[in-house]
Parts: sequence; structure tokens; C-alpha cells
Amino acid sequence: MASDIKMVEGPESYNGAGFQATSFDKLIGLARANSLWPLPFATSCCGIEFMSTMSSTYDLARFGSERPSFSPRQADMLLVAGTIAKKMGPILKQVYLQMAEPRWVMAIGACASSGGIFDTYSVLQGIDRIIPVDVYVPGCPPRPEQILDGVMQIQELAKNESLRRRNTEEYQKLLNSYNIQ
Amino acid sequence: MTERIAFTQSLFRSFTLYYMVSEELDIANKNVPAKKDDTGVQYVNELTTLNLGPTHPATHGIFQNILQMDGEKIVSSEQTIGYIHRAFEKIAERRPFYQITTLTDRMNYCSSPINNMGWHMTVEKLLGVEIPKRAQYIRVIMMELARVADHIICNGILGVDTGAFTGFLYIYQEREFIYEIYEEMCGARLTTNMGRIGGMERDLSPTAIRKIKEFLARFPKILREFENLFNRNRIFMDRVVNVGGISAERALSYGFTGPNLRAAGVDYDVRVMNPYSSYQDFEFDIPVGQSGDTYDRFMVRNEEMWQSMRIIQQALDNLPEGPHYADAPQYYLPPKQEVYKNMEALIYHFKIVMGEIDAPVGEVYHAVEGGNGELGFYLISDGGRTPYRLHFRRPCFIYYQAYPEMCKGLTLSDAIVIMSSMNVIAGELDA
Amino acid sequence: MLTNEEVAQTIIQQFGQSVSDFDDPYDLLTFTADRDQLFALISFLKEHKTLQIGFLTDITAIHYPDTKGMEFCVVYHLHSLVNNFRLRIKVYLSDEDVHVPTIIPLFAGANWMERETFDLFGVIFDGHPDLRRILNMEEMDYHPMLKQYPLEDETREDKIDALFGR
Repeated sequence: MASDIKMVEGPESYNGAGFQATSFDKLIGLARANSLWPLPFATSCCGIEFMSTMSSTYDLARFGSERPSFSPRQADMLLVAGTIAKKMGPILKQVYLQMAEPRWVMAIGACASSGGIFDTYSVLQGIDRIIPVDVYVPGCPPRPEQILDGVMQIQELAKNESLRRRNTEEYQKLLNSYNIQ
Repeated sequence: MTERIAFTQSLFRSFTLYYMVSEELDIANKNVPAKKDDTGVQYVNELTTLNLGPTHPATHGIFQNILQMDGEKIVSSEQTIGYIHRAFEKIAERRPFYQITTLTDRMNYCSSPINNMGWHMTVEKLLGVEIPKRAQYIRVIMMELARVADHIICNGILGVDTGAFTGFLYIYQEREFIYEIYEEMCGARLTTNMGRIGGMERDLSPTAIRKIKEFLARFPKILREFENLFNRNRIFMDRVVNVGGISAERALSYGFTGPNLRAAGVDYDVRVMNPYSSYQDFEFDIPVGQSGDTYDRFMVRNEEMWQSMRIIQQALDNLPEGPHYADAPQYYLPPKQEVYKNMEALIYHFKIVMGEIDAPVGEVYHAVEGGNGELGFYLISDGGRTPYRLHFRRPCFIYYQAYPEMCKGLTLSDAIVIMSSMNVIAGELDA
Repeated sequence: MLTNEEVAQTIIQQFGQSVSDFDDPYDLLTFTADRDQLFALISFLKEHKTLQIGFLTDITAIHYPDTKGMEFCVVYHLHSLVNNFRLRIKVYLSDEDVHVPTIIPLFAGANWMERETFDLFGVIFDGHPDLRRILNMEEMDYHPMLKQYPLEDETREDKIDALFGR
């Protein structure tokens, strides 16, 4: 029964009877990557495709995102799905600021990535104007398989991230360029 | 050692916070004489302002409600919308007619084919193009599937907001099946861009017919199971009966249409009153509620899903033979074989693709029965390649005004349930 | 069944001078009314025993920058559910004096429709309890749907117009 359930491999380690010696960032990366809790910031049509991703056919829960948390304090990744208007921009930034490190941001859909088909006075041309984005998933709307691919990319990022990355100068400079302290 | 200090500090902090909060509570509970606001609702304590903010759980859409609450009871509420204003009407002044279809998709994105077909019918009314029967029947099938899809989301999410996630998961699978049917017809799942000005872009393929028949066979069982979970469920009924009622006069004064108006007792359905696309050939009932509360809206939507199944069955059984597009080469792309051989077909192809179709000067208003009510398109053409003015009469925008009146005096959990039963879709609200 | 001619006759009999330009494009009775008589006209239509035009479908506006003296046109779509009859009323306004009386006392649904028209076109509805922007941000200082303003955002710096064929 358990034969076709794919298990994640443990990191390279020196094993013995009752102990395992490995490095922290491999273990913590493994744990983080397989338990990313998303914050669905679903605005419009991509939000409905995100609902499809969460429901039974394209189950997002099997990637560890069992609990979509709507509170930014308890979420790991911010999934921005849908058009962000200029009126909504400050709210998105507020939600991003409330998330605790480590946090990842995924822009789902063409509107979140670059404004999409709406090159108008009221639409923000991409959320990377106000917050730093890790993964962009293009599409209008992207199929659920594409959204899952995006989640898998974030899993790769989480697994291979060094523990000190959020304190490095490079990262601080990135945040400062968005006026985030 | 440092942990112990930190722990003690946090304990002290939380104790202080508790003390401060309880102080406030004492102030709140002191004997203050009853006050009345100008609408006559009585409140005793200081009002709390609660921001039911733009970011909602469970993807209703982004709009803000600032509620003034007396404890748990809502005294008044103020709404802010426009968080997803994408300026559709201004964009439409720049696009040729067939490129506006992609904009209409994204208004009520839970039932895109209805928006698409409504737009095509508006332009066909302007241009004076007659659509053959087969194309009209195919349009009816797609619109009714879209209506079922829209009601699936609305009723499923209503269940989720009362805490019942199971019903949503069971019935959402059917929406995936409807997506497969859409993919057969037009290639896309959600934002379909289905149909063309002058008919449909492709005929119903044998796979599509097989899938629609399979849908008609399996959906009744699922819908019955969904109804068994909710219709006579004690907990669900306690949550939704007599919650958010609105009388028929107030509903008409606000301009309600669609299931929300029918739940209040008025049987106004654009498909019956101003039939379009051969709806007069089909036999179906219009479910009507009594008190306009949330339970009635839920039941009306359920019953409409059954009626849509009836319409699809009739349309599929009586599907006439014939072309799936009108014989109007100046508006509908001629087949490619003709374009390679025939001079006029080449010229028409060039003109249509460049967007230089000859539109008459005039103004037309056409309405279809969308998932939420009368979806109207007011098109003014000045003879150019793009509309001079295009206005969408969006039902969500118009009936969401009544929300403060519907949730006055009720609790916060009732307010959530009312909002999801009204089926407010942000794309249609802001356009 | 009401016909367009009957209804037009009834309206002309009551309001004679203030209505004009009766037409029925695509079978929908359309006419122009004066701004001063607008409220009286719509309440007459609503309370009339036979007509019973008691449903407000939509309010919107159109901007014609080229016609002097009639730059703005506020359009009301009304519907009689009892008789299945639709009609369209147009009120033309000049650039200097873009005011129209509100019809909120007759139809509660006119509230947001008028706010949207104000937001996008700048038409001021006299007597509206809360006339402010609804779809755009409150700080916006222009009315975007007017023809002289572009669709795209003025301040964006990455999309070069020349490359996009503008």
C-alpha cells in the first residue's frame, strides 16, 4: 500500500545507531520545502484557478500546503493571484510586511507578473514594483499544473537556501530598494 | 537564563495586555444609557469598528466593508469597492469588436461563456446578423453549462462559509468536468473567449457531445448528494434561514435581478421576458423564493441548476443540423480554403483581421441573463473600428449596494453568510 | 402590450416642450429630456397606472467633446417589468454646467450608479447624499473616462510608446 507513495529522500548524512549527523541547512531546508503554508492573495480569475489547484483534482495539499493560512503572520509563501490595482497596492505591501522571514512570493498569472492585458491607469503593472518576487507563473489564467510547477520551484528555492540568506547585505539591499526595512 | 527572562517578560506583557483589555471591557460594560442612531437601531455600548477588509479568506473577491458593531450586532456598514478596477470601459474604446470578447470573459469569471455570448449577441444586433439555429442551440448549451458552473461555486462557497468544506469539494469536481467540456469547445478552461461574432468558431465535436451527455448523466447524482448534505441540514438551516432577507419592493428599488430577485419573490428572468438565442424553444421553470433570505437564495440557485440541466437536455436532443456560423463573410472569418482561392474571401479576411469591419452608426442595448442577473451591454458605435462608448450593466455592482440594509442588526457571522449568498464577484463589481 | 408610439404620445401629452428627439433604434424607445423636468418625468413614468415603468436598469454617461454645448449626455435606461417595455432617456449637458438632479428618492439603486458616473465622467448629481469616487482612488484628481485622457498610466517608465506602436 505504501509502495507508490513518493517519499522525500533524507539529506546526505553520517548515520549510526540512533544518530544522524548532517548540516542544519540541509535539514531545515528539507523541512521548510515540504511544509510551505501558502497565503492565497486571490484577487480575480487566477484566484478561481487557484481554487481548482487547492481542490481534489490538482491537490495542493500533497505538496505540504495543507493549511492555506489567511493570516500573514502564520504563512510562508504569498501567492498573489490576479490583478492588483493601484488601490490595492498598499494593502498588498502591508500583508507582505506582516509576514515573518523566511517568506517567498509567487506572482501567479500575467496580471500579477506584469499587469497582463490591462495596461491602464488603474492597474499596477506587476507586483514586483512594490514587493520582491521569487517565482513568476505566466498564463491567463495559468493551468493548475503550472501553479503546481511554480510551487515546486519555490520548494527548490527553500531547500537550497542558506540559513543566513535573510541577514545578508545583498538581501537587505534588495528590501531597501523597495523601501522595506 | 535569557530564555527564562524572556519568558517572564512575555508573561508580564500578556498579563498587562489582559489587564488593559479587561479595563476596556469594564468601561464598555458600565451602565450607559441606551442610545439610538438615526435609523432607530438601539445600542448600549460604545461601537466597535471592524474592518472586514479587502483581503478575504475563501476568495470572494476584494471589497471592503467597515462595520460599526455593538458587540456582535452590526449597526451600520460602509463599503469601499474599486480594489480591482481595471477600466474595462476605457479599454473597450481602443479595441476592435472581436478583441473585446476577451475583456468580457474577465468580468464574471465564474461563468465566462455567458458574458462572451452576450457581447456577441450585442454586436450581432448592431450589425444585423442572423445566427443559424444550430449555432444558437450550441450557445444555449454553453451558457447553461456556465450557469451551472457559477451556481456550483456560489453554493459551494456558501457551504464553506458556514463551515462545511465537504460539500464544496464534492461539487467542485463537477466544475472540473465542465472545464473539460469548455476545452473541447474553445481550448481554455476559465477565460473562454468562446464563440465569434456570427456564430461559433467550431462545431460541437463528437467528443464534446459525448462529454456533455456524460455530464448530464453524472451531475444529477452529485447534485442530489449535495442537496442531501445541505437542504434539510439542521445546522445549515439555523445559519441561513431568516438571515439577510429583503422584501420584493426594496429589491426592485435597488435594481436587483437574477437569483437574488427571484429569491425575493419576483419572477423576472431575461430569458423569458426578452428571449434571445432561441430560448423561447425550450421549456423550463423559473424557481421563485418567498422571503429573499439566504436560504431562499441557496434553494433558488440549486433549483436553477436542475432547470439548466433540463434546458441542456432539450437542446442536445433537438440539435438542428446546419452551419455553426452565419453566412456573413464581412464579419465572420471565411474558411481558409476560400481565402487561398477566392478574391473576396481574401479581402474580407484581411479587413476582419485588421479590425476594419463596417459597423453602422447607432446605439444598442442588449441584456442576457447572467449567473447573477441581467447583464447588459450598452454599445454606441460611430462607424469606426472600435466602439465609441461601451458600458456594461453589471448586476453585482447594482445589487451590492443593498448589503448594508440586508445585514443591519445581524451578527458578524450572518454578514459573512449574506455576502457569499449574494454571489458578489469582484471582477464584475469593479470592471 | 405597449407600443413605442403609445408611450411616446403619453409622454408628449404630459411633458410637451421638455421632451424631444423621439427615436427607436433597434426597437428601443429613446428620447431626449430637459434636465429640469427629469425628476418629474421619471416619477410620472413610475407612478403612471398603465405604464408602470418602475425598474431602473442603468445610469451612465457619454462624452462628446466635439459638439459644443452638448458635451455630456447622461443616459437612463428604464424598464417596466409589468408591461415588458424598455425605454431610454437622454439628458444633454454642456461643459460649463454638468449638473443633474439625483433620482435616489425614486430608486434606491441609483446611488452607486450615480457615484460611478461621477467618478468616471465628473457629472455632478445635485442632492446626492454622498457623492464621491467609488471605483478609483479618492486622491485621483481627474475623471478618467473623458476622451482627452489616455488609457495608459502617465507615470509608467518601462513601456516605451514607440515600441508599442503608439
